[in-house]
Formats: sequence, C-alpha cells, structure tokens
Amino acid sequence: MDLPQKLSVLADAAKYDASCASSGTTARNARASGGLGSTTGSGICHSYTPDGRCVSLLKILLTNYCIYDCLYCINRVSSDVRRARFTPDEVVRLTLDFYKRNYIEGLFLSSGIIRNPDYTMEQVVAVARKLRLEHKFHGYIHLKTIPEASQALIDEAGRYADRISINIELPTATDLERLAPEKNGERIERAMGAIRERIEASKEDRKTSPKAPGFAPGGQSTQMIVGATPTSDAEILRRADGLYQRQGLRRVYYSAFSPIPSASGKLPLVAPPLVREHRLYQADWLLRFYGFGVEELTTPAQPNLDLQLDPKLAWALRHREHFPVNLNTAPRPFLLRVPGLGVKTVDKILAARRWHPVRLADLLRLKVPLKKALPFIETPDHRPGLRELEDPALRARFVPPPKQLDLFADGPTPPALATPGSEPPPVPTAPPSLEF
Amino acid sequence: MPASAPLHFDGSFADWKRVARAALASGVAPQQAHWRDAGAAQIELALDAPAPERIVPLADPDLAAPSPRVPRAFLDLAEDVARHRDPARWPLLYRALWRLTHGEPHLLANPADVDTHALHTLAKAVHRDIHKMRAFVRFRERATEAGPWFVAWFEPQHHIVEANAPFFRDRFASLRWSILTPGRCVHWDPDSRSLRFTPGASRADAPADDAAEDLWRTYYASIFNPARVKVDAMLAEMPRHYWKNLPEAALIPRLLAEAAPRVQRMVARSAEQSAAAAPTPGELEGRARPPATGDLAILAEAAASCHACPLWRAATCTVFGEGPREACIVLVGEQPGDHEDRVGKPFVGPAGRLLDRALAAAGIERSACYVTNAVKHFKWEPRGKRRLHATPNAREIAACRPWLEAELAAIRPGLIVCLGATAAQSVLGHALRVTEERGKKLPGPFGASALITVHPSALLRLPAGIEAEAEFQRFVADLRQIREVPDARPSEQLPGSPPAST
Repeated sequence: MDLPQKLSVLADAAKYDASCASSGTTARNARASGGLGSTTGSGICHSYTPDGRCVSLLKILLTNYCIYDCLYCINRVSSDVRRARFTPDEVVRLTLDFYKRNYIEGLFLSSGIIRNPDYTMEQVVAVARKLRLEHKFHGYIHLKTIPEASQALIDEAGRYADRISINIELPTATDLERLAPEKNGERIERAMGAIRERIEASKEDRKTSPKAPGFAPGGQSTQMIVGATPTSDAEILRRADGLYQRQGLRRVYYSAFSPIPSASGKLPLVAPPLVREHRLYQADWLLRFYGFGVEELTTPAQPNLDLQLDPKLAWALRHREHFPVNLNTAPRPFLLRVPGLGVKTVDKILAARRWHPVRLADLLRLKVPLKKALPFIETPDHRPGLRELEDPALRARFVPPPKQLDLFADGPTPPALATPGSEPPPVPTAPPSLEF
Repeated sequence: MPASAPLHFDGSFADWKRVARAALASGVAPQQAHWRDAGAAQIELALDAPAPERIVPLADPDLAAPSPRVPRAFLDLAEDVARHRDPARWPLLYRALWRLTHGEPHLLANPADVDTHALHTLAKAVHRDIHKMRAFVRFRERATEAGPWFVAWFEPQHHIVEANAPFFRDRFASLRWSILTPGRCVHWDPDSRSLRFTPGASRADAPADDAAEDLWRTYYASIFNPARVKVDAMLAEMPRHYWKNLPEAALIPRLLAEAAPRVQRMVARSAEQSAAAAPTPGELEGRARPPATGDLAILAEAAASCHACPLWRAATCTVFGEGPREACIVLVGEQPGDHEDRVGKPFVGPAGRLLDRALAAAGIERSACYVTNAVKHFKWEPRGKRRLHATPNAREIAACRPWLEAELAAIRPGLIVCLGATAAQSVLGHALRVTEERGKKLPGPFGASALITVHPSALLRLPAGIEAEAEFQRFVADLRQIREVPDARPSEQLPGSPPAST
C-alpha cells in the first residue's frame, strides 16, 4: 500500500475523534533553536471540512489494526474495514511536510491497540520523540494515551506532548459494558488521575525553576459518544461535570454517534443527533463559564435537554421567578443567567453601566439578540409586564417553526437517514438485542 | 458652514499620528478635519470642499508640539484600526483622539459608546484577518540553487502583512520563504535572519502547484465525515472568498454531492452484515457453563473463570457461595459488595455483619447455612475514589443463574431464603415486589420453599433510630421462620429441570 492510500485509510479511521484543538499550551517558537514551528495560546484552524469541523492538526492513527472490539468503533477487531499501518518515520515526514506548507498546527496521533498496550504506546511515543528531538519541531502535538500502558511511557508521552487525552468513550459504566467490553471505566479514570497529578506537579516545578521539564502543558481532554446508548443528557452532563472537577480536564468533547462503515447491528443506524450534541456543548459551557450547577440544566421529569431551545433559555423559562433582571443593578452572576447574554456581553454591560444607564440602544450596539432577551430584562426604557413573563405561551415564542427545527438543515441531509419532520429522537431506542 | 482643515498625510499610521498631533495642537475639531492620504483619495465629497478663507491654519506638524496624553490602550487599538481598509477609519480615530483629550479620558472604558464600539468593530475585523492569514496561507515549494524556497500567494482583506510577518518568521525560522500579496510582500532569509518587505506582486509570481497538495487533499477528503454535513458552520469560518487560494477547497462541491449516497451505502451494508453476523443468545452464556457435578469445590473453581457476562472485567474475583453441602437452608443475597469482592467470601462486609446479628437474634447458626448470591461478581460504578454498588440487570442475573442452580442442585435445601428482589428474581425466575411478598413462603426450585425477605443492606441505609430498630426486628421475625423448616429433604429431582414456580 502506498503512502496516499495509507493516509486515506488512517485519516478516515481517525475522524471520529472530535477534538482538533491546538490551543491552551505554552507559547514557544523556533526563532532561537532554528527548528520548525511555534505555538500561540489560542490555536489556529487551517481549514474546515463540509462537516463544519476544523482542521487544525494532522489527525491520524498510527495503525487501525486493533485487538479490541468496541462496537461503536470503526477500527474494532470484528470490523471489515481496510487496515493499514504507518511507520513512525512516515508519520514524522508527513507532519513536517504538511507543517512546512502551513496546512496544519501539528499532529494528533492515536492508534489502534496492536500486540499489547505498551508496544503500541511505545510506537506513538517514538513519533513524538523523533519530531521533538531529531527535527526540533515546536508545533503542537496531541497524543492519545492508552490507559493500560505503563506509567514510564505515559510520562515520556507527556514530556513531548502539548495535550494528552484518554477517551472515556461512553458516559456510564453500563454503556461501556454493553459496547466496549474490553474497556474499564475505573481504569480510565485512574489513568486520568495519574496524568493530572503529573501535569500539576510539573506546573509546580516550573514555578520555582522555569527550565524544569514540562508535562502536557495543554492539559488533558476526553471524548464521549452521544446517542449510541439510551443514556440521558442528565447522566452525560453529570459525568462531564464530575470529570471536570475530579480530573481537571480542559475539555470534554461530545461526539454525536454517526453511522460507521460495517457498524454493529446493536447500534442505532440513524442520522447523528447533531442538535443534541450542540445542546450538550451549550450546557457544558453553562457549567464551566456561567456558574450553572449540573442539576439545574435538566429536571428529573425531563432528563434530556430541550432540543428546541438553548439550555439557558430553557432554564429561564422554568425559573421565571428570577426575572426580570435589571441590567443596571444586577450583579454579574444574575446577568450571566439572562438568555441571550454571553460572558463577553455581560462584561461589556458591567463596564458600560459605570458611565451611564444601559438602554436598549446600547444593547443593540452590543449585538444582544433582543427578541430572546427582552422578556427577561429591565432597562430604563424597557419594563416587561409581569403578565408577559408569566404567560404560559412565552415558550412558544422562542420555539422555531417546525421546518427550521434542524439547525443544520441547510446542507444536504442524507434522505435515507432523516427522520421525517423532526430531528432524531432525543433518546434513540435501543434495538431489541440490547434490551435486558 | 464651519471652518475646515484639509489634513494631508502619507496614509501610514505613523504619519497620521504626526498630522493628528498638529491638528490637535491647532484646535481642529473632528467635524472640521478632512483627511487626505498620499493617493489623494479625497475622503470628503468634492462638493464639500471648503473655500480657502475658511481653512483653519495648521501648526507645523514637525515642530515639537506638546504631545497630548492618551492611554496606552488607545495607541494599541489605533494601530490595529489603522490597518483596516475602510477610509472612514482616519476621521473616526481623530474623533476618538479629540474626545480623549477633551474631557473624556475614560472613553475606551465604555464599550457601549458609539465611537469606542466602532473602533473595536474595526479592530476586530483586522484581528480576524490576521488570524485567517495565519490559517490560510499555503506555501508551495520551489527548488532553487540555494535550496528549497517556500512561496505563498495570499489576498488579505486589510493591511496586515507587516503585522503578521513576525509570526511567520518565528514559526518558519529555518525555512526560506516569501508571502506574496497584491499590496505588499514579505520575505525571510534564514541565513541572514532578516525580514524584507517589497511592493505588491501578482498571483503569477507564485508557484502554480506543489507535489504535497495531492496528499493534503487526500487527507482533507478522508477526515471529512459524510454523515454530518454542516455547511454553514464551515462557511462561517472559511468564507468563500478565501477558497480560490486553498488547494483543498476545490474538493468541497464533490464531497458534498457524494455525502448522502455514501452514507446510504454505509447504512445498507451495515444492515446486511449485522443481520448475518448477529450472535445467538446462547453464544455468550455457552462460554462458561457449570460442570455437571455436585462437588461445590469444583463448581467454585469453575466459576472463578466465568465470563458469561461482562461483570468479571471490573471485579476482583468471583465470589462463590460458602457453607456446608449438608445445609438445609440456603441464604441467597444479591451480589458481593466492595468488601466481599476483595476478600472473595460472601456476606463479610457491613451487610454481612448485620445479617450475622439478625441470624443470632433469630437463634440460627450461620455456619449451618449455605450463604451465596444471585450474581457472583461485584457490579459497581466509580464515584470518586469509591466503588459504588450498582444493581445487576436482568441479563447479568440470567447469565449467573446456572451457577446458583448448580449450587441448589448440589445442596437440595428445604428452604431458600431470598434476601431482596434480585435474589427472589433469580430463585423464582420472575420479578416480584418484596414489600408485597415479604415473609411469605413461595414454591421454589427443586421442591424447596422460597422465603421472601429484604436484603440486609436495605436496613443499613435507614438512619439509626426507632424505625431502623423496628425494621431490624421485622427482619429477625422473617428469619425466625427458618426454624420451622422440616428436617426431611424434598424428593429428588433431576438437576437442571425447570424451577417449580415457572
């Protein structure tokens, strides 16, 4: 198999990993070393594919041979996809060739498990080692870690990588048992915990001696697949919240399960729940930047996020007693709860109101979506009647008309997959073989 | 009509600053200022040209006028705004400068102010263009005598080449490269380590292709997931006007056209395959069946390697039943807990101690009973550092049931005590409500009776107090019924025959 064919197979195998971030690491460049590459704090997306995802890193697998049999995974041992394997040198050359032409920010390397976890991890680390030491490569490196690999290899990976990740794959232990029998949730979290300790220890060391070796300065992230099992959004968000708190993760990625070639019959072969994925990201942001608690986002009666409304608006409609919020007097945490106001807008309102009362014209200039915000706010020139706020029909004003239900319907939707007239159901019903 | 001041400058930010300082020193108000850059592009309409006698005399910009004080943030912001291509940026900058020096020193602190907002809007567009240039420049390699030379053609929206040059210098320090644009070109030589700027060039000056672009397009096409098409998300970040200089963008129409058929084929093929390859229900359970023996030690040994359900993966060991084969009574619990999983014996943790206490209170020797569980592996979920008990599901109970049946067949007890709903479900073969059936003796398998009661861990969850004590006494009362078991064993029945109750 020639290089283009290998690249085609091993990029295809890597695309179900949502993350392509090249952000969050320390700034460095090649000016002094005469090598190649630099990183800035924020990362750069060098291209976008028609699936709306950015292309920042060369995201490939070292090999898609795998001894594991995770049902949702295109590379599982029982799948009949074409298999290929890069040598570490081939990956190094591809990375450098792409980088020199400014196609990418760096490399995101992952791998199927071949022979055993340590053997595989050693190959992955060898690529990073060659890039950093032999080629003085200063670009971004994200390494996918195998939880079962030895600590010494994970330590070496962390020395070369900007970011390290281990995917928890599925939100609950039950889901993992059903679909990824070889994976063990506790072992994954233990490995994350060990990585967290090293990241924090290295940060401490570098405070006292800036030359101390770094360890994954871009932190660690993880991904879970959404929609392959009937697990509710409440459980997914609880898991994510727990991971942020326990493991100090930079990001949890939610990946809508999409049909894969030669999928197992135990999986829903429906269009990926993209709107649900979008709502989960919105909820994730509310947890991290807006001061929401995980239990505020769903209710026991409605354990899934409202697909028609963003989660903040849905919360506001459930808690109308907190509104209207006076934009000229309310403290920051209250402003953050107002539908339509993002973190940046809130900070601008706080700055502006030191100089003059904030009015609707100011909000228009700050690009606040007034239609969404008006029922929930109070300004000198706008006082919503309580009757409006208490109107049971208020929700209906925000629900988009049915034909716009699919937020992303402007692209060609595969006709065979689209559920007529609506988005895929929030909880895909599991095929009978999964019912106990 | 108020007096006006034509302000001539060379179009650069530095010269604008020089002239603005002079205008400020001469008291030229913003509405009087008419900025004209070197290209003589008149910013005001020709009809508005003022009569000569109405022109405000301007101080000599090169004479050292006292510099007005402005915040550092304004200079940074102004430098970015000056890179915007909109000619209206110069009067806007001057108006902001005027206001800052005429009683509004905190102007920039108010993001809702009309001028501050306008400045930030322009600066934001410039920042975005700088960012997009870093993203979308595509170098093509050209072989020269001095070695490879990487040349790019790029069309920025604003005047950003100078601002962006240090970024490319620091990133590609070891390469010889040039970025050509219509307005300005920048070149880096790694040997002399210097940046050089030259006037604008044309697309034809840059190489027409590069061998690596085919590989790059292969990557781009392969990383695209046809099952999730979100064109708007792509267009928001990669607007069409950049496409003509991106080698991969030519693929987009074809990728979109093929997406739907590709997904349809994928789904159709998967459906065929899974219909052919679905595992039969017996397949999993067949992996570990109890050997046909009444020897409890051999059964326990065989159960240690049971993989009939996935619980073995997360558990430390199989916790098999324990007690004399001659026992008349078998106590069946739900599953081992954290403690039992580590020790390998049933009912040795907190629930086991409570059971011991209750048995003692009921006057029963535990050592005379056989104690086991419906499910022999600990099922749990991580909760921080703890392993939290998780209820086994019907699939797992069914997978483990052959072992319980083998134990019962070997012992042939007169009475089976079902501690909790899981035990009852496994022993009787169907689910029931413990609260309703509690204390009753139902017909069980192998002719034995099945006594239904609660699981001791249910009592552990009650807060200590009168209620807990009353529940404990109820549990003891249930267990007292054990003493009424007839010593005589029920008639022989073949092992493996269906339970009497089903």
